[in-house]
Amino acid sequence: MSELVVAALKVAFLALMWVFIIFAASVIRSDLFGRELAATSPDFAPREPQTRRRRPPRSAPTQLKVIQGAQTGLEVPLIGTVALGRAADSTLNIDDDYASTRHAQITQDEEGHWWVEDLGSTNGTAVNTLLITQRTRVQSGDVIRIGRTQMRLEKR
Amino acid sequence: MSLATQASDSPPVTSTGSVVVYRRRRNVELAMTLLATTLGLGGWLLTGLNLTGEVPANWPWVCGLWAGMAVAAHLVIRWRLPYADPLLLPLVIALNGLGLAMIHRIDQIPSPPRSDAWDQFIWTGLGMALFAGVIIFLRDHRRLQRFPYLMFLAGVGLLMLPLVPGLGVRLGGSRIWIRVAGYSFQPSEVAKILLALAFASYLVAHREVLSLSGFKLGPIQIPRARDLMPIGLMWAASLAIMVFQNDLGTSMLFFGLFVLMLYVATERAGWPALAAVLFAVGAWLAVNYTNHVQVRISSWLHPFENYDQNGQVISAQFGFAWGGLTGRGWGLGRPGLTPLAKSDFIAAAIGEELGLVGLMAVIMLYALLVARGLRMALASHDPFSKLLASGLSFVFALQVFAIIGGVTRLLPLTGLTTPFMSQGGSSLIANWVIIALMLVISHHARRPISLGVVTDEPTVTNLADDETRMLTGGGRR
Repeated sequence: MSELVVAALKVAFLALMWVFIIFAASVIRSDLFGRELAATSPDFAPREPQTRRRRPPRSAPTQLKVIQGAQTGLEVPLIGTVALGRAADSTLNIDDDYASTRHAQITQDEEGHWWVEDLGSTNGTAVNTLLITQRTRVQSGDVIRIGRTQMRLEKR
Repeated sequence: MSLATQASDSPPVTSTGSVVVYRRRRNVELAMTLLATTLGLGGWLLTGLNLTGEVPANWPWVCGLWAGMAVAAHLVIRWRLPYADPLLLPLVIALNGLGLAMIHRIDQIPSPPRSDAWDQFIWTGLGMALFAGVIIFLRDHRRLQRFPYLMFLAGVGLLMLPLVPGLGVRLGGSRIWIRVAGYSFQPSEVAKILLALAFASYLVAHREVLSLSGFKLGPIQIPRARDLMPIGLMWAASLAIMVFQNDLGTSMLFFGLFVLMLYVATERAGWPALAAVLFAVGAWLAVNYTNHVQVRISSWLHPFENYDQNGQVISAQFGFAWGGLTGRGWGLGRPGLTPLAKSDFIAAAIGEELGLVGLMAVIMLYALLVARGLRMALASHDPFSKLLASGLSFVFALQVFAIIGGVTRLLPLTGLTTPFMSQGGSSLIANWVIIALMLVISHHARRPISLGVVTDEPTVTNLADDETRMLTGGGRR
């Protein structure tokens, strides 16, 4: 290689070192000025420690089947929130004189378990013959009774 | 740097309901890291070009490997510490790459060429692995605050380990290595981390006592005798290292680290003043009663009077002079003439081949590293992080000052390693771990904290700052 090329490469390398330093300095300069965020921005509030959404347990029920009452044989898949009652927009529109309009609901938690909750019904909700007073966890095989209608949680 | 005026836990909210927070800047880090790899790779490439006239055959491999390692380190940060300081990794990659390239260049001098650069590269890989391990498994550095005395004992124990007969070895006059199963290791490098942690947690607990008690003598506050014990203990340990291990640099590093952290913690000028007196006494003892230090002083002040004794220092001086302003260019100087050019005197090799411009750039890289460390100490929310960040940055600052100052004859020469550049596995690994710790601290310092629930703030409450409440009648009115 000619001396000229060697000298040019030498100077180019030194220039590269100082370019790196100048870039670093400009990063420091721009780092002085932060970013303005709304106090309610999701970036600002640190995320809750993420509980990983695990796969639902093997025994988790997938459908609700009416086993006794006027609608015996009716099946409703368990997805999201399952509303039970006489209201027309219920997931399972129960045809039973002893059921309230919005009687109970079945929901799934983060871990994949299903819970049944009475929504202040007149005649109450029973799980496996026991009237429930609070949110109660249910699994496959459990029988929920509302009025004269009985439903079983099943895994297909 | 004031510990007394701690930043409040939440950033100020402006009148418009918005807050100012740090940016994450991970893409900036990636770009800077890639630019930083070109420094090491450029040096390596130019060495090959200048020595053989052609590009080394294995260049795609080397480039891919080095860039890949750097990007991997970046990805670990991006995954675990999204708010970490964006400049630490690029600076370290630049320094480590320059060091590797220079060791590779000096490898080419003997024939056949040596392969020390490859060993150093393996050590770099190990250091990066530990770096990743610390980042992944140390979620909160404040956990390390729990065992100050244990860490202190372990640190001092490691420092004294080379004195154990059969384990310690004497290399180049200093007894600071241990040899186990054919591998030599410098335990003082690990002790550096442990002692910084121990000092930080000890001083957090005791800084009020150390800064407020004692009597005043003129402008200087003299501490009580029993508060003097820790500084006395550190002084004795440093003196023991100097006398029994013959290592000026290590002893100065640890004493200096302790005193600077003491100063940061207490904000009392009396402590450094006292330390200066103690240092002067120690230095006077050393000059008069040990031959080792006398040699160092005379080779600093009058190197040319005794060529045989000061050959190393003299040859480094000639190297700097031969390098001049812009250096000889990679592979075109003769850094191999200086003994220990790969380890203690790597700054002389840089000065010879890259010249003053290059050496100043290297010093600037170190200065930026230290500045970022001190900046993150300022930004941290709790005193332990502040002290640890400033202590770890001081370690780098002291080390670079002592060794480059020694090589350039600003100071008497002390055998310290040049962080990330000089040959030596234990130093490299310890420094990568220190950088990982600093990144964890900076992530916690820069991360926005919500105004509401603070999830992982330390559970220690400062009762001294708490407002006084009456116990009776205050609860129900």
